[in-house]
Amino acid sequence: MSIAVIAIIAVGVLGALLGIIIGIVAKVFAVETDERIERVGELLPGANCGGCGYAGCADFAKSVVSETATPDQCPVCSKEDVQAIADYLGIVAEEKEKKVALVRCSGDIPNTVRSLYNGVRDCRSAVLVAGGAKGCDYGCLGFGSCAEACPFGAIEIRKGLAVVHKELCVGCENCVAACPKELIVMVPEAATTHVYCNSPEKGAAKRKVCKTACIACRKCVKASGEEDHMEIDGFLIRTNYENAPGPELVEAAGCPTTALRVDTLHAEGAYEGVTK
Amino acid sequence: MLSEFLVITIGAILVNNFVLSKFLGICPFLGVSKKLDTALGMSGAVIFVMTLASLVSSLINQFLLVPMKLQFLQTLVFIVVIASLVQLVEIMLQKLSAKLYDSLGIFLPLITTNCAVLGCVVLNAKSAPESIQSTWYGATIYGFCSALGFALALILFSSLREKLDLANVPEAFEGTAISLVTAGILAMAFLGFSGLV
Repeated sequence: MSIAVIAIIAVGVLGALLGIIIGIVAKVFAVETDERIERVGELLPGANCGGCGYAGCADFAKSVVSETATPDQCPVCSKEDVQAIADYLGIVAEEKEKKVALVRCSGDIPNTVRSLYNGVRDCRSAVLVAGGAKGCDYGCLGFGSCAEACPFGAIEIRKGLAVVHKELCVGCENCVAACPKELIVMVPEAATTHVYCNSPEKGAAKRKVCKTACIACRKCVKASGEEDHMEIDGFLIRTNYENAPGPELVEAAGCPTTALRVDTLHAEGAYEGVTK
Repeated sequence: MLSEFLVITIGAILVNNFVLSKFLGICPFLGVSKKLDTALGMSGAVIFVMTLASLVSSLINQFLLVPMKLQFLQTLVFIVVIASLVQLVEIMLQKLSAKLYDSLGIFLPLITTNCAVLGCVVLNAKSAPESIQSTWYGATIYGFCSALGFALALILFSSLREKLDLANVPEAFEGTAISLVTAGILAMAFLGFSGLV
């Protein structure tokens, strides 16, 4: 028998043997997968943002199918998407209010006092050096740790200030965790008018380092009258999100520092350089 | 006998390190070394597959290929054996340890084409000392130690890269460039072991 025939037979037998072994092992160790998991995964956005608290969309899909999670926990899904998943699984979808991120600071570079910082361009590193190089201890450092954490590109760093573009924000809360100053909060999407300041210092102290700080003059509180749109929190006024004001309050209050702003106009940059 | 295996061990781990002096398995060396965690997982997988592949291939070589004078089929047969082994490991891991399976991800099937594994097996069969070539335990020890050397290089390199992430690297060198430079320096450092055995 020629060597070629032996070679062909040897390799053939070896291949067949290994194939049979793999076949048997695959049967013995077969992992049962639920086809619904795959289908739900297709209905999810697939951004793997982690906003639901699970390790990616596939993991969330698994939890939804096993009913340890509900489809509305996905912050990215629209109401229709949630409904589609609920319909597919034959469960009732719950409605919830959509929330978006808000950076409670308006102190960009022209409006604030800053000192020189030459370290790593990252807020979490900058905050280690005496709390960051900003005059205000509570303000946005503007190195964009939140923008980096955002998988949807909804945060813009403009003149050293993080600005949320509400229409792109899906509410995954990744930026909330990224901000070392705890400046970012989730607010109802329907609310339009916010106080862009988070410093609890006294008004005069704030004004020394920032032109657009809230000095708690209470003009906005008075302008809202009996409506209770604004809440007083020490030396800071905050929007009452239980009863959020409309954009007309900004006009009526005439905020002397422009800390009270309409979010869409803030995102467009309409308040830049209008400080009184 | 014992001293012989000591020589094999030190030779495979330090002197003839697969990654840093033979330059085999560079793909996972650069691909999985961004984080220490994944590097550890990959190292574990490679140690497992390489030891097993050395053992099985050596047995096939000794009891099938050499008696039948089919040594020219070595590369072909070894590739088939390694591919099936990886496939087996993958199937079993998915069932037995889903967490490890998820963390290894794409890299487990990629071990199939990891030249370090094939390189190790082919070296065992062709150019290794007699004690490795002709005995299955010699081959297994050599495979295990080579994989340990691979793991050492991978873990060292991933630790370096984790530190590098925090360093102020010039823009032109960022990313792969500085990684390759670092790998080169690490390889040069390992050259210092040559002549040890």
